[in-house]
Amino acid sequence: MRPTATPLLLATLLTATALSACGSGSGSSPDTVRISFKQSTDNSIRVMDTYLGQMKKEFEKANPGKKVELVPIKAPDSEYYTKLQQMLRSPKTAPDLVYEDTFLINSDITSGYLKPLDAYLDKWPDWDQFIDTAKSAAKAQDGKTYGVPDGTDTRGLWFDKGVFQKAGLPADWQPKSWDEVLSAARTIKRKVPGVVPLNVYTGKPAGEAATMQGFEMLLYGTGDGKTDPMYDAGSKKWITGSQAFKDALTFVETVYKEKLGPDVSDALDPNYGTTVRGELLPKGKIGINLDGSWLPQDWQQGAGHEWPEWSQKLGLAYMPTQHGQAPGKVSMSGGWTWAIPSKAGNPDLAFKFVETMQTKANAQKWYIANSGIAVRKDVASDPAYVQAQPGIKFFTDLVASTHYRPAYPAYPKVSTAVQEAMEGVTTGDSSVDKAASGYDEELKTATDGQVVRK
Amino acid sequence: MSVGTRAAPATPVAATAVSSRRPGRARLLARGLPVVPAVVLLLLFLAGPIVYCAYIAFTDLQLTGQAHSSFVGFDNFRAAFKDEAFLNAVWLTLVFTVLSSLVGQNTLGLTLAALMQRASKPVRTLVGGIVITAWVLPEVVAGFLLYAFFRREGTLNAILDWLHLPTQNWLFTLPILAVSFANVWRGTAFSMLVYSAALNEIPKEITEAAEVDGAGGWRRMWHITLPMIRRSIGTNLMLNTLQTLSVFGLIWVMTRGGPGNRSQTLPLFMYEQAFQKSMIGYGTAVALLLLVVGALFSVVYMRLLRTEV
Repeated sequence: MRPTATPLLLATLLTATALSACGSGSGSSPDTVRISFKQSTDNSIRVMDTYLGQMKKEFEKANPGKKVELVPIKAPDSEYYTKLQQMLRSPKTAPDLVYEDTFLINSDITSGYLKPLDAYLDKWPDWDQFIDTAKSAAKAQDGKTYGVPDGTDTRGLWFDKGVFQKAGLPADWQPKSWDEVLSAARTIKRKVPGVVPLNVYTGKPAGEAATMQGFEMLLYGTGDGKTDPMYDAGSKKWITGSQAFKDALTFVETVYKEKLGPDVSDALDPNYGTTVRGELLPKGKIGINLDGSWLPQDWQQGAGHEWPEWSQKLGLAYMPTQHGQAPGKVSMSGGWTWAIPSKAGNPDLAFKFVETMQTKANAQKWYIANSGIAVRKDVASDPAYVQAQPGIKFFTDLVASTHYRPAYPAYPKVSTAVQEAMEGVTTGDSSVDKAASGYDEELKTATDGQVVRK
Repeated sequence: MSVGTRAAPATPVAATAVSSRRPGRARLLARGLPVVPAVVLLLLFLAGPIVYCAYIAFTDLQLTGQAHSSFVGFDNFRAAFKDEAFLNAVWLTLVFTVLSSLVGQNTLGLTLAALMQRASKPVRTLVGGIVITAWVLPEVVAGFLLYAFFRREGTLNAILDWLHLPTQNWLFTLPILAVSFANVWRGTAFSMLVYSAALNEIPKEITEAAEVDGAGGWRRMWHITLPMIRRSIGTNLMLNTLQTLSVFGLIWVMTRGGPGNRSQTLPLFMYEQAFQKSMIGYGTAVALLLLVVGALFSVVYMRLLRTEV
């Protein structure tokens, strides 16, 4: 061989590989349905993996010759969305079925990433079992539905009864206003050293958890509880300069300024949520935790941080409105849906898989496994579901006084702006006024000037 | 026979004619052919994305929430220079680069290389081994190690506590300094290797002659060593700077650009705009501006290199 032959051969080979890699696409065969979902960043939590594994088995057994390929995306929330959106852009990478947060679904619908499901839903008898609010969770402005919800969630205050006892606070604690929440936290700080008195998620690292579990649980507790404090539906504009916004920020500022919350560097650790659920709460290191209904999924058998006695150790209280004004309590709801990408290769098969997951029995299994709140009437009224876990009744009852986010396409950017404002007051870098006006500025950019001063 | 004799000279004539007409081109082709796949690959995978990037920077393309993107001219760039967070990121990038690359890696690398010239073999092997280990570690692993070093319950504070010195949360109070230090820790090996090679190139006679003439260590360093390795200094600075400008994983793991925006250098700012806020167009424009910053540094170094030794 001449000396040039080897590099030449190598280069040709490389080119060939590269080109064939470009052209081969996802390799999805008409008999394989590829499913993307969010895998927990905590290796010991495999609730969804286990559930989907069972569904895969059931589906493949019922549909001989068909295969299910699970494509987990292991990432924190915000990175999951990014990865998913990149996959959805191209028919080569788009899976057949994706797990979409209602937080982002409208934005992805606007981008043309998802396929309307009405044709399937019309022919699907089970769809009538879904409650109306859930049906609208994935309904776009064009009136079409783009996702099948697999449950919803609500939010409230989890508190440690042991810590409360040491602090001399009641075991059946139920604060009636923000001040009562703060004063309980101050008492804990004084009397029980070494625990975080009150955890409120904050800042950009926490992502949507900061916005929804943290800020909006406060914001939607201001005012009369009926008008949306973020988005003015009448004028279809986002609200700037509101006192409610500043009040909610002041609450966050108070928590971190008075050191009632976690150490700021912990609070701004992107994996803090995992630490809270997996370590701090089970070890009795948090007094009060403003968090979601899904926490027990981490504490179930086989979930990695088994903690069956949580229901004796933790108490539940609803989040009160600012001054205790009607309706007294506040909750936010979201949830996830199964959606079919517009560039999916096997949409029919994908919907068939949704049908498998959403038989009454399987849906119920899933709600219980992931501590979800049922959106199917037949499951919600089933005593087996209500009694399956302590806390389910508490959180299901909150559905009556819950709020949904204005999840329009600009929402993800608005949410980031909220997190930035929160982070500013959390670190003490900015005053409430400065952070709020920063939000107003960001809001204008994020929504193309669709703002109204209130 | 006659046919044969007539035909016989024809071949060499034709051959010489061909060879006299095409020797250059044929050889050029023979030589160029092996390069073709490489060029194609470069165009496809290097130039292609860069051109595409440059195009996207002039559009308002978003990752989600938008049906169609459109051409917006220089809007993204104008927006960047009006954006406080961008200017903050530029400033932090300069601080990070000057601290960790110019001052840290470069000086420390040279010092280590100079000291190791004189060290005994075991010392050389040991020090070299440690420094290079830091360099071989993947960026993210190094990030986690230094995160563990600097965090509130981390090693550094444990040491300070043991010495009865005041401790603090370094990643919170001095994030840009902490990540700069991390980059020095990680990247010094490269400078050290470059300078070791350069120092070995200096003929022994010159140093010995200077020594005989009575020049001390500092004088030898200043008047002989540094001028003689000037070219290596330039190359090293340039490579170091470009590498440091694009550091992402290290800072991402240690601070995510926080708290607030206090360690958000340009690559992190770019990531936030493009992938967390979905503004691919704007993020790409920032990426191009980062390229410009790199080019500016390079030009400065090249000018330094050109001045006569």
